[in-house]
Amino acid sequence: MTVLRAQGLGKRYKRKWALSGCTLDIEPGHVTGLVGPNGAGKSTLLNIAAGMLEPTAGTIEVCGGVPGSGPAQLAKVGYVAQDSPVYKGLSVEDHLRLGARLNPGWDDGLAHDRVRRIGLDPKQHAGKLSGGQRAQLALTLGIAKRPELLLLDEPVAALDPLARREFLRDLMSAVAEHGLSVVMSSHLVTDLERVCDQLIVLVDSQVRIACDVEELLATHHRLTGPRRDVDSLPADQQVISARHTDRQTTVVVRSEAPILDPVWTVGELTLEDVVLEYMSNPTATRPALEVLR
Amino acid sequence: MIEFHLDGRSGLSPYQQLVQQVRHALRLGLLAEGDQLPKVKDVVAVLAINPNTVLKAYRELEHDGLVAARPGVGTFVKATLGGAPNAALGPLRQELLRWLTKARRAGLDEESIEALLMSTFRGSAREEIA
Repeated sequence: MTVLRAQGLGKRYKRKWALSGCTLDIEPGHVTGLVGPNGAGKSTLLNIAAGMLEPTAGTIEVCGGVPGSGPAQLAKVGYVAQDSPVYKGLSVEDHLRLGARLNPGWDDGLAHDRVRRIGLDPKQHAGKLSGGQRAQLALTLGIAKRPELLLLDEPVAALDPLARREFLRDLMSAVAEHGLSVVMSSHLVTDLERVCDQLIVLVDSQVRIACDVEELLATHHRLTGPRRDVDSLPADQQVISARHTDRQTTVVVRSEAPILDPVWTVGELTLEDVVLEYMSNPTATRPALEVLR
Repeated sequence: MIEFHLDGRSGLSPYQQLVQQVRHALRLGLLAEGDQLPKVKDVVAVLAINPNTVLKAYRELEHDGLVAARPGVGTFVKATLGGAPNAALGPLRQELLRWLTKARRAGLDEESIEALLMSTFRGSAREEIA
């Protein structure tokens, strides 16, 4: 059972591939973070999964169906696009009414509870809401439709730190209560470290790594020692990046096994370090793909 | 009831921090047998972290025999951590003090002593893993 399965998925705009060779398996019940530089293909992947874009190559299956293939499929997937789009001319109450009319599984009690708790005035026009309130309203619509999978594109980018924390708290509560799966893109790796249990790093339209967050932290090491050729490293140590001075070598490796070579001083990396290593060394090695558990 | 917090600069993952905080509370006597750990949904709502992280931490504590989950009720402390028996601490400290004196006499400064201690400690921990 997967909530999202992609095989060789690609999307081309004219001559440029925005996403290519994307193979992923995401199992239900997880919160998956999607990181990468601007233009790496994050929004393209989310748009395809939501059914807003047709892929050019490969296949994708979301909650057991083809994205956007019909009302039943649409009901299973919630999608909040970048900048939390809402209808400026409609009131908060109108948005809830719209949500109730358009979504067969709409949970009206949940929607009204949330609006009350967040402190939104139902009569307020959405155009007058602050960035944080708009994001919360969009999240309310996304959660109240009771999807199996919620896709969020940069949901917290425009929010101040307090609004961001509140948003993530609410999102995590919804995950705990309703057991929904989430895939969200963000540049804020420290936020993702708290809320995600899986991470996908997209660079140059390709998946560089897709992995459990704990495993990502446990298997990446920074090795510092006297200068040496990285080709002499054991085969089970995948080199992510290497830097040399005339006397010293610093390498970041991915290795399941502990580093036992006494020549190296072994340092641990934060999630942000690991992500940056992958983002700044886009072609150092072939992509490491594996099934997300 | 204890309250969890997360330290972004601790170098430990959120799940390890939760486990560590429970163990500390047990050692310090802040948690006693029969006490309830915070409910998963409350931890999630306070810290804005993934519920799976909390579940994983609780599972590890359960595996260590420190807590027990009662389905539908919550997770409760089953055993306490007294730490090493106090009787053993005194002699160990004496030995360590003697070693420190030796190290200073050999000309090592504080920083060198700490570096030697840490690298030996890490090395022996790693040998145990391997």
